[in-house]
Amino acid sequence: MSIDMEQFRGVFFEESQEHLAEMEHLLMDLDPEAPDPEQLNSIFRAAHSIKGGSGIFGFDALTGLTHVMENLLDKARKGEMPMSVAIVDRLLSTTDILKSILASYSSNTEIDWASIEQGTQALEAILGAKTPAKGAGYALFDSPVKAPGPAYGLYEKTQQVKESEDFGFFEPIGKEEKDDGFGFFEPLPKTEKEEGFGFFEPPAKTEKEDGFGFFEPVAPAAATMQAPPAAAPPLPEEPKSPPKTADVKKAAPQAASPASVESTTIRVDTHKIDALVNLVGELVITQSMLNMIGSDDGGGSRDKLMTALNELERNTREIQEAVMSMRMLPISFVFNRFPRLVRDLSGKLGKQVELTIEGGNTEVDKGLIEKIVDPLTHLIRNSIDHGVEMPQKRVENGKPAQGNILLRAEQKGGSIIITVSDDGGGLNRERILAKAEEQGIAVPDYPTDQQVWQLIFAAGFSTAAAVTDVSGRGVGMDVVRRNIESLGGRIEIESSAGQGSSFVIRLPLTLAIVDGMSVAVGNQVYVVPLVNIIESIQPDESQIRSLGNDKLLWVREEYWPMLNLYQHMGLDGAQTDPAKGIVVLIESAKKRFGLLVDSLVGQQQVVIKSLEQHYKRIMGVAGATIMGDGSVALILDVESLASEVKVQKKEPQTS
Amino acid sequence: MKNVVKASAISDVLQGESREFLSFVLGEEHYALDIMAVKEIRGYEPVTKIANAPPFIKGVLNLRGDIVPIVDLRMKFNVGQATYNEFTIVIMLMVKGRIVGIVVDGVSDVINLTEDDIRPPPEFGVAFDSKYLYGLAQVGEQMVILVNIEALISSEELGLFESKQMTGQE
Repeated sequence: MSIDMEQFRGVFFEESQEHLAEMEHLLMDLDPEAPDPEQLNSIFRAAHSIKGGSGIFGFDALTGLTHVMENLLDKARKGEMPMSVAIVDRLLSTTDILKSILASYSSNTEIDWASIEQGTQALEAILGAKTPAKGAGYALFDSPVKAPGPAYGLYEKTQQVKESEDFGFFEPIGKEEKDDGFGFFEPLPKTEKEEGFGFFEPPAKTEKEDGFGFFEPVAPAAATMQAPPAAAPPLPEEPKSPPKTADVKKAAPQAASPASVESTTIRVDTHKIDALVNLVGELVITQSMLNMIGSDDGGGSRDKLMTALNELERNTREIQEAVMSMRMLPISFVFNRFPRLVRDLSGKLGKQVELTIEGGNTEVDKGLIEKIVDPLTHLIRNSIDHGVEMPQKRVENGKPAQGNILLRAEQKGGSIIITVSDDGGGLNRERILAKAEEQGIAVPDYPTDQQVWQLIFAAGFSTAAAVTDVSGRGVGMDVVRRNIESLGGRIEIESSAGQGSSFVIRLPLTLAIVDGMSVAVGNQVYVVPLVNIIESIQPDESQIRSLGNDKLLWVREEYWPMLNLYQHMGLDGAQTDPAKGIVVLIESAKKRFGLLVDSLVGQQQVVIKSLEQHYKRIMGVAGATIMGDGSVALILDVESLASEVKVQKKEPQTS
Repeated sequence: MKNVVKASAISDVLQGESREFLSFVLGEEHYALDIMAVKEIRGYEPVTKIANAPPFIKGVLNLRGDIVPIVDLRMKFNVGQATYNEFTIVIMLMVKGRIVGIVVDGVSDVINLTEDDIRPPPEFGVAFDSKYLYGLAQVGEQMVILVNIEALISSEELGLFESKQMTGQE
């Protein structure tokens, strides 16, 4: 392959992944009893596209497997073969194999030929059971694929090979046609051609058997199989098969034409979009500067200028919204993988679970989508494993045997709320408390339900009676919470015994923007993420207590340790007396504390900029942002500030 | 021996041809740096301070959406007075894919130099360590010190780059 092919490989991998995802999605939707031919067609096209592409790039492992898959699907869509749950399962696991092959090719790692072989054979078994002659035929086809023959490098050729085989099978005498078919084999060495023919001539020479020793047991079978159909035309398969070859040929343009209709989307490098987002941010700042100048200017054309500026402001805002929306994807990109997970897992655990998805159209930032997959997967696994009870127990408790897991996304203001709820047994307060004690996890006195539920997020916590391979190792819920908090979100639990539990995740709409409170210290402005702020107070002298050199604040019946922002940032000219400044009460994952600042500037959404891009990480700072006047303000990293707060003896309760 | 090494270093830059350098002033001395590293030149603007940074790192500012650190070389190398007025200049540099601004007292000229114009740097008498220098050049009456700006900006001494990020990636 020339170097030019390299750039297309990436596109192929991406597209194939999408095809596989689509295939999986369609297979999940498919009703095995009465398959929708249109759906089958789509699945077929997806398999076909992968096969075509893989042929071009010489990814033989993909070509072979998708080929068999395609044949099966082709039979199914023509109604020649009834679908069944078992076949759908088989096809689903084939997509898994394809995924791993794809991964191996894209990472240049060793391909697991054994699993491919297994997958191929399993598919062939299905095919074979329904149409014995075919089964043998494809075994024949597979063998040259395994030997990386140059002939398979091109898709069309693969097609032709199949054709020739078909002819071979059903018209064993039609030598000329066979020759035509094998004409496409030109790049292959002559011997191979002969070997191919060897199949149709049972008295094979030893030389041929060398090449196809693998298939030896099949070959005679194929030979015997093929004979009766040829002799007994009434068999339903027989007449249909030759047209089939013609059909497959047509399938290529068919697969291409819907693609051109569907291509209302284009692939854009996210870096380009990020650059656009940056530029638009600049535009907004320039625009607000112009506005300021415009309102100062008292010239004769002032009214006209202001009208034009207003127009500009509206256009700028619309551009900004349009650009931001380019980064947004419907959350169904994440949600669509879960029906499969629920199906597989509930089957494994012997439970009956139905997954209901709501709000799949809710749009979220692309960056967020990638990072929310793992926490959600874990929560859903958790709900199936721990939440939903066994069918028998559910019936005993007067519930339907089939449990329900609801996965819902909705947008509320500037946040996305994702809910994973089940109608299972709910969290068990006593067991959690007992387990926490056993594992030495700190528990507040007289904990509220909320506080108890939060305990399951502690590292190493698990109430599962037995460790299964699904969950129960106690690694997970703490990671879930950490992941969600790293996205600037938080997770809450609602649970009632016997009714079920729900996990509510609140996430900011995008990773690029944070809701912040700007605070002034000295002559600098900092942004505190709003999600971490409980409230801001102007403390009374009487609320401030001294403990050694440290000051404590008595608010809400609690002592709060204080962190002086001016001290941490090394600023002069700031307010040092808490009674004269403002204390922002902050809650981090680790602890709660008060942050002393001079004054509050205002609440606003800020675009997060990286400091590391041109400088390096700064302790206590999560990033920077550009304010309306073009100046830079640092966004505080509450978690790392929290670790600066000295551990107090009488610390407010934490979990 | 050392001088030989330096001479070869500059010949890497020049590759036998003449090359343009931007000369600037720090205190009383004239310096020059490879013009290819210069992104733009702008006036000094107030910056946002960074906590716990050494004093010569003035802070960060917004360069069209990029958050860029600003270094005052006068403070780092104790040359001249670190004053900030309307004549104070910031040279924005692009070094290893990162943008860094350096504060100087003024920018004077673009000069063309060939390998022959460049003498080995002195071992002493210059504020910069000789490992950050290419050498000296005589331009008219003026002696100009040629700075290896990439080595200087990415040096650990300045601490602008996290050592693991020396590749210039995030």
